[in-house]
Amino acid sequence: MCLAIPGKVQAVRDDRGTRMATVEFGGVRKEICLAYLPDVVVDEYVIVHVGFAISRVDEASALETLQMFRDLGIDIHDELRIGDQPASSSATEAAPV
Amino acid sequence: MKYLDEFRDPELAGRLFADIERVTTRPWAIMEVCGGQTHAIIRNGIDQLLPDQIELIHGPGCPVCVTPLGVIDKALEIASRPDVIFCSFGDMLRVPGSSRDLFQVRSEGGNVRVVYSPLDAVKLAEENPTKQVVFFAIGFETTAPANAMSVFLAKQRGLTNYSILVSHVLVPPAIEAIVTSPTNRVDGFLAAGHVCSIMGTWQYGPLVERHGIPIVITGFEPLDVLEGIRRVVIQLEEGRAELENAYARVVQADGNVPAQRMLEDVFEVCDRRWRGIGEIPLSGWRLNRRYRDFDAEYRFDVGAIDSPESTLCRSGEVLQGMIKPNECEAFGVECTPRYPLGATMVSSEGACAAYYQYRRLDAPVPVPVEMTARVHVG
Repeated sequence: MCLAIPGKVQAVRDDRGTRMATVEFGGVRKEICLAYLPDVVVDEYVIVHVGFAISRVDEASALETLQMFRDLGIDIHDELRIGDQPASSSATEAAPV
Repeated sequence: MKYLDEFRDPELAGRLFADIERVTTRPWAIMEVCGGQTHAIIRNGIDQLLPDQIELIHGPGCPVCVTPLGVIDKALEIASRPDVIFCSFGDMLRVPGSSRDLFQVRSEGGNVRVVYSPLDAVKLAEENPTKQVVFFAIGFETTAPANAMSVFLAKQRGLTNYSILVSHVLVPPAIEAIVTSPTNRVDGFLAAGHVCSIMGTWQYGPLVERHGIPIVITGFEPLDVLEGIRRVVIQLEEGRAELENAYARVVQADGNVPAQRMLEDVFEVCDRRWRGIGEIPLSGWRLNRRYRDFDAEYRFDVGAIDSPESTLCRSGEVLQGMIKPNECEAFGVECTPRYPLGATMVSSEGACAAYYQYRRLDAPVPVPVEMTARVHVG
């Protein structure tokens, strides 16, 4: 849960007074809250943690980090998973026998 | 043994290792307080590639691992209620409480959901006005602003069916507790970059001055961790104790000011018990008086639940750097990721899980491990 993943801001909108963005992470798009980086604009890269952009990052660092996730076999799709799924297949197997 | 070519930039990694080797003249113990850093260290074999004199100690850097048993039991109690939708990050579902875990509650009919963000839980509350939606708000300073925002929005939107079960923990008081412990062996610390991206760097300066320990803020990528270690070793060898920011591409001195304002608005500092370690003064956040109505502990009256921890699990000693995971008698025997005794084996960021996953099984472990575990548990 501690992972923070860099992504690129694709679109920004207002949801009842809260600034939200569509952010793309190596092919996956998610709705992300911009309340803590209110002046971020489209095409900037941000570091996202549990649905919130917490820090800006430059493009080179962002791409390097995403490549590192791939190299290390970390599945960012799993980390960005939309809810109501078991944590992972191994977690499901871990249910008591 | 791992190899340099597993680093993103093997040449740079080689230079960093060579530099550490060159400057090291004495034994030093360095602690990281970040589950992501622990995993980078074990996965890339950084600890094995360093000079023998450099020991890395894996501190209490995983929020799932330090959430006390009593809080897990409160979560299980709340999640079992028929009118509740209980939402959590996925890592928490397998953490064993006194007698079961959230997966078991779900298999017994409890409405337990994994969410990516606390805002997903707020949305569930809006969509299910006849249900009580509870979010399990654990985490360090990195995660707390997200959880704070969820109650802020719930209040703003007039939601009376949303609450959070809070067990937030803070890094600087944990470092303070470790360095002032009579058993402390740590000479220098790596501080977690993402925590500092929220809180800034100012909290760490006083720790450095009070205790004369170097602290280097760094990221969780293998090269960041290695550079952090190099800077700590150089300081130690030169007899310096300073705060350094080796992660300036993400961490600014002031941190994230809007997030800090939200934290101040919603939370207040409190004493907090850490699983395996015990109570650390002023080491957590809880909802303040203005947000009391959103506190699941009050709403569901579970404040009195208190639970003794397993005596078999030595995760407290692991978290304090007194033993390595594979020195625990239960490691890989009674305790595996499939059947964890303690949270350091449950969370993918826990030190025991990292040792298990990357086959650091060299302590006395019978084979086949999973077969043995089945016999013991099943």
